[in-house]
Amino acid sequence: MSENPSYLQGLQEQLGGAIEEIAHPHGQLCLVVKREAICQVLQFLMEDDEACFDLFLDLTAVDYLGREPRFEVVIHLSSIPKNHRIRIKVRLAEDDPFMPTITSVYPAANWFERECYDLYGIRFDGHPNLTRIMLYEGFEGHPLRKDYPVKGRQPRMPLRKPEVRRSDVAFEPPQG
Amino acid sequence: MNTNTEEKTFTRVAEVIEEDVPVEEMFLNLGPSHPSMHGIVRIMVRLSGERIVWSDVEIGYLHRAFEKSVENCTWNTAIVYTDRLNYVSPIINNVGYCMAVEKLLGITVPERGEYARTALSEISRIADHLTAVGAAAMEVGAFTAFLYTMKAREWLYELIEAACGARVTTNFARIGGICADLPYDFMDMCALRLPEVEKVVVELDKLLTRNRIFIDRMQGVGSVDAEHAVAFGFTGPLLRASGVPYDVRRVTPYSVYDRMEFTVPVGTTGDCFDRYLVRLEEMRQSLLIVDQCLKQIPAGPVCVDDPRISLPKKQDVYTNIEGLMNQFKLVMHNHGIQPPPGEVYVSVEGGNGELGFYIVSDGKDRPYKCRCRPPCFPLVQAIPYMIQDHMVADVVPVFGSLNMIGGELDR
Repeated sequence: MSENPSYLQGLQEQLGGAIEEIAHPHGQLCLVVKREAICQVLQFLMEDDEACFDLFLDLTAVDYLGREPRFEVVIHLSSIPKNHRIRIKVRLAEDDPFMPTITSVYPAANWFERECYDLYGIRFDGHPNLTRIMLYEGFEGHPLRKDYPVKGRQPRMPLRKPEVRRSDVAFEPPQG
Repeated sequence: MNTNTEEKTFTRVAEVIEEDVPVEEMFLNLGPSHPSMHGIVRIMVRLSGERIVWSDVEIGYLHRAFEKSVENCTWNTAIVYTDRLNYVSPIINNVGYCMAVEKLLGITVPERGEYARTALSEISRIADHLTAVGAAAMEVGAFTAFLYTMKAREWLYELIEAACGARVTTNFARIGGICADLPYDFMDMCALRLPEVEKVVVELDKLLTRNRIFIDRMQGVGSVDAEHAVAFGFTGPLLRASGVPYDVRRVTPYSVYDRMEFTVPVGTTGDCFDRYLVRLEEMRQSLLIVDQCLKQIPAGPVCVDDPRISLPKKQDVYTNIEGLMNQFKLVMHNHGIQPPPGEVYVSVEGGNGELGFYIVSDGKDRPYKCRCRPPCFPLVQAIPYMIQDHMVADVVPVFGSLNMIGGELDR
């Protein structure tokens, strides 16, 4: 069991209620954070001089079907100046899987959150453009959920009418 | 890296045109296959004259459910899917995935296996960078450079083929080691081919680094400063071109990189030209690492000797019952490798940056979750920022300098 790094003390003093669990699986630091406080925790971890997690690495989710809470959103961060890493998890219930977007803290998470929404159906409130990214608009379901069948088939897309051209549609760039 | 401060006048030309002629904004689709043809992506741009005022990128054309497939195959068969992630340097993907599973299992690979992995990873990295530089040069008109790099890449593929029997879909690493020992004449082949590859790198340097046309197209185009590069989540050659010396091989040494001597080249401005220079220097450093590996490589086994993890020798399978049973135990449904429940994130330095594998095991014979952190993903995400206010023609060198790999971007 590795020791807790010193910045965790500061984090616990400031946002002690937000940390649900601290673990070191395989020597890798892992925090479980409450959904409401995720942005404050990330903000602290980015700005604290000891922690200094400036590099956003990854955001994904895991579907633990049959367990409550069902989903876990997993964020990986790295610090270039301090050379350490952290994993942060947010647990989400099955009936309403959403969490606040972290793009306000880490803009790089934009597409990662879209991918997570696309494949797991987890909503990120406040995201600038939460649309499907890997699959097409009109895809039914979220294929990385454990209850999506491996050989699941999608209904045929209706043929697009030839007279509707993209250039005829008023073009609105997404905000942000 | 560049002392040449001559200001290019692309944007100024655009301003002049706008002043003289009333310009109506135009919407243009680049792609889904044009600005590259090495990977399908669609870049939508809105133009004022030839200047890009807004752009967006659409990906997903090569999505083939990597994670879902891996969740439904055994731990060993998943290695095949990792080949198809970055198909220009597949060995690095194999090694990354296997390292993650090994960490979960708590096993260490024998020395010879580690050295072979490192040497072959670096050979793949050179192939990756050669492709990136060659393709980027071809797209801005330097076709000769492309042919030179393809010639050298072919030699590297020959080495890879000698080591594992395939050129692109290598399936080289195994959980606990590598598929087979290096061939007896591998050192001789390397001694013959690697100096020739080095010559090609020198030729490439002579062809491009002081080439007026190449510099005009690359310098000052797509610049990203260090602060923005970190904020965008860049890793690999692009982050280093922006001046941040972040290299996974150096900051968290894995395999035998802690015993290798190499430098991490960094750029200053983070434009396309610096990215090219960084890749060029990294090829030289990789050649040095391969050299050191082949000098230091010890004799011995290449895979762990544990019947629960590695397949028995074919001779044993065909001649005695223990070997046969062992083989079946490893390949049968609901048997085979069963790592203890847990989760692990392991990253290696891929051709384009940090290639991470986040793996969750529930103690069964197949991964519960296998997430690949694709290094291209944040790079492609930043394309709109990089091409903002550039000319349409600049999209091509910017896109080429990213070295987008569809297989890894869309998974």
